[in-house]
Amino acid sequence: MKKLSLVLISLLLITNISFATNYSSDPKLFVSELINDAISKLSDKNLNKEEKANFIEQIALANVDINALGLYTLGEIRKSADKSAIEKYQKVFEKYFLKSLTSRLTDYSSNKFEVINAEKKSSNYTIVNSRIVQSDNQPEIKIDWRIYTKNADKPLIRDLIVEGLSLARTQKEEFASILNSNNNDINFLISKLEEFLIN
Amino acid sequence: MKKIKLITCSLILALFVNANAESNSEKECFENISRGIFQFNQGFDKAIMKPVAKAYNKLPEPVKKGTGNFTSNIATLLSIPNHLLQGELRLATHATGSFLINSTIGVLGLGNPAALMGLENQKEDLGQTLGSYGVGGGCYFVLPFLGPTTVRDSLGMIVDNNYLDPFAKVTWHEKEIKSISGTKIDYVGVKAADAIDFRSDNITNFDNLEKNSIDLYAATKSLYLQNRKNKINNSSDNDDDWGNLDN
Repeated sequence: MKKLSLVLISLLLITNISFATNYSSDPKLFVSELINDAISKLSDKNLNKEEKANFIEQIALANVDINALGLYTLGEIRKSADKSAIEKYQKVFEKYFLKSLTSRLTDYSSNKFEVINAEKKSSNYTIVNSRIVQSDNQPEIKIDWRIYTKNADKPLIRDLIVEGLSLARTQKEEFASILNSNNNDINFLISKLEEFLIN
Repeated sequence: MKKIKLITCSLILALFVNANAESNSEKECFENISRGIFQFNQGFDKAIMKPVAKAYNKLPEPVKKGTGNFTSNIATLLSIPNHLLQGELRLATHATGSFLINSTIGVLGLGNPAALMGLENQKEDLGQTLGSYGVGGGCYFVLPFLGPTTVRDSLGMIVDNNYLDPFAKVTWHEKEIKSISGTKIDYVGVKAADAIDFRSDNITNFDNLEKNSIDLYAATKSLYLQNRKNKINNSSDNDDDWGNLDN
């Protein structure tokens, strides 16, 4: 029985991993497929909170450019900070990002998602416009996705712009405030992120 | 005397805006004080606003929708002069049409038939109008109860309240316009209803932001400034500052 459970869990993980990496390379389809799959999984009442959190982590690790996001949110200090400190920051940032993402999404309630348009900004970036129609009579929410397309075969999400508000920029400005009031000490920022992970 | 005070105050603020017009509005006016006020506002939110917003969310949907429509319709009165000041005749016409239709067919603004007729009703204030003419935000600070603002936006708010907003004239300033009169309580009541309606729409968003921020003050500031910029530009186009990451 124990073995059977193990096989089933492994199968589930393998399915999730392949599922997380098999989206279309076209940015518009990529977002549409990824989000519709995520919605069906997160609104599945047979999955518990932990399973949903695992799923979110896997899907984020495979489809979000967490490394680039970490560097972006660090701001200009990334050019002058010590390499080993940046590496340490990147590791902590990844954990911080995943924790914050799972806490936002595990209580997700089912909504209708629709990709509206996609605009190629440069060879590296395409902005995909979408909207979420909420189930509880709330107004629809506009979400734009900044997709990094340098590797045309593997698009990656770099930012979410919700009703015109960039989550990456908000994070960057939050970190900048911490750095500015602490002599641009990257180690202080790392310790603040570690504190968040403990709590 | 009151008018002289107001003009002096506005002039000082205007000088502040001009001095900072070219600078980045992310600059703080007095960060420590603002952080203190922000904490106070957070306490007020926890003790009063959030519980009231939660209770408000339990009201039947038509009541909530009606309240939202009603406060939006009143805000249109301020949008109309600001559309005109921005030279946006089409939007001014839409806003005027929307106000007239919603106030009559929509039963004092409780309904929003104007939206069904395709009339746009975009909220505008003097801060946005000044921004559309290139006036910078000036430095950033936080007001008790009212929350985040910049020098330009707070100056705009004072002028809106004293000169541009007919609703504020009738209620806050208790001046009769075409035999319509009101009191300060009406003004505060409508503004409070608007704030509760907004807070109730954003309970989960605020909770998420609070839970996931390591510096909530800075995150709120960033969101406020991004939102104001979008409103001034009437678009949500984000500046592409990712470019130098790939170089």
